[in-house]
Amino acid sequence: MGDVVVLGAGMHPWGKWGRSFVEYGAVAARAALADAGLEWGDVQYLAAGNTMRNGYPGYVSGATFAQALGWRGIPVSSSYAACASGAVAIDAARARIQSGQADVAIVVGADTAPQGFFGPLPGDRPQDPDWLRFHVLGATNPTYFGLYARRRMELYGATAKDFAAVKVKNSRHGLHNANARYRKEFTEDEIAESPVVADPLRLVDICATSDGAAALVIASAEFAARHQDTARHVRIAAVSTVTPTYPNTYLDMPDIATDSAVGAALPERSFRDSIAHAAYEEAGIGPDDLSCAEVYDLSTALELDWYENIGLCAPGEAESLLHSGATTLGGRIPVNPSGGLACFGEAIPAQAIAQVCELVTQLRGEAGERQVEGATTGLTINQGLFGHGSSVIVTR
Amino acid sequence: MSKPRVPVVEGMFREDAEGTGRLLGGKCPACGGFFFPKQWSFCANSACDGTELEDVELSDRGTLWSFTDNRYAPPAPYPAREPFEPYAVAAVELADEKMVVLGQVARGTDIGALALGAEMQLVVEPLYETDDEVRTVWKWSVSNG
Ligand SMILES: [Zn+2]
Repeated sequence: MGDVVVLGAGMHPWGKWGRSFVEYGAVAARAALADAGLEWGDVQYLAAGNTMRNGYPGYVSGATFAQALGWRGIPVSSSYAACASGAVAIDAARARIQSGQADVAIVVGADTAPQGFFGPLPGDRPQDPDWLRFHVLGATNPTYFGLYARRRMELYGATAKDFAAVKVKNSRHGLHNANARYRKEFTEDEIAESPVVADPLRLVDICATSDGAAALVIASAEFAARHQDTARHVRIAAVSTVTPTYPNTYLDMPDIATDSAVGAALPERSFRDSIAHAAYEEAGIGPDDLSCAEVYDLSTALELDWYENIGLCAPGEAESLLHSGATTLGGRIPVNPSGGLACFGEAIPAQAIAQVCELVTQLRGEAGERQVEGATTGLTINQGLFGHGSSVIVTR
Repeated sequence: MSKPRVPVVEGMFREDAEGTGRLLGGKCPACGGFFFPKQWSFCANSACDGTELEDVELSDRGTLWSFTDNRYAPPAPYPAREPFEPYAVAAVELADEKMVVLGQVARGTDIGALALGAEMQLVVEPLYETDDEVRTVWKWSVSNG
């Protein structure tokens, strides 16, 4: 199959802007088109990530954005995979191009988020695990983050200071990112004063929920060569949207119980390990080839888990890797040069696309004060509720 | 007269003598795998074609996999008490079923004394009350031997 190239990346800044997600998505789409040097009239396919908290337009986001940008008769798709929605939309658009059904496509994700904890959709639904875990257990998303963080402490001796160091790092990275919602450097003392939400995690360890939007214009290599200086081209080397393999014995949101390992062989890799593994396999590279990575730091502790899941270090060694400075800008493999969710807050259907936008900016050498020197290869990693993996590898 | 105690949702657990009970799950007779809650009528093991699940009680003891303490009231549909009381949540690994099951931690548990691998016991406690009923839920308590 021919290469698929990113021609344009665009975002609407993250924040709490109080407007419709459609407006943010349109701004990001137009920014991506301008970055690509193309117009909406050039686009042959639109793939969008859905939002569940903005009514029907959010469930048919592909058509919603096509209408907002001006109906042109092109086919669209609308994907929902929770936090992985953006990666599934990228995958849909890429497949159109790989199959020759389109030369150029746009991918859009945008959200208008509620305040505070994410809750389930309204109504009594005892058959829905997402309703059950809230009603029966009061198990919010931070509850799961707290469980993972506590397990890290008990298994590997991680401390609240280690988690705080992730926050300090990411807050410094995000200082110079105009699209970040929080551009404030945190100190360890400030973090220690933040109220505990889900022990051992404090409010500042857990990412906020944000409004925001991100978009990518992607094209076949032939189309790209005709329309843009190849020096700016960033190639999509892999997209992984894998699901778990039975039995999944690691407790994932929103489950009340894991699969049972009785009567079934354990899979070769954990679900989280398998997400990156599939991407490395497709790209034909390994963790040592990465220049930088954008990982889904829903909590500070979870960023450390991801270091291990994407193979930057062995299990239990993430704290050492962090303190060595390797994952800080200027280090061997900067993680979350954008500032990560710590500085953005989560805009669900936009987030996986935003991760790729950051890597495109880095690989082009256009990241300014947060530039990873000589970046040639980057990986994004993320996991969506109900068993959705999301990982994208881009290369120069 | 005291209010009757009724499980907060049907079919996930049973209360026996007050405060004790069992989780109710499914077991595939073909592969032996367990499911909790019993969401479907068939087996979800990708290597098994079992089309029926037996109703079974799950173990009422296990070892602590992890735990956390929630200090803020969650959104609806959690029936938060007024004033809000923080509550801990534990993930407990059942040895026979080889699976991890979440539950709130029994009231009055010293969270600071919990540690991974601790032996835990299933208990049944009130979650909230209506005018007519006490709605109960399963919880995990540190085992006393
Ligand atoms: Zn079976």
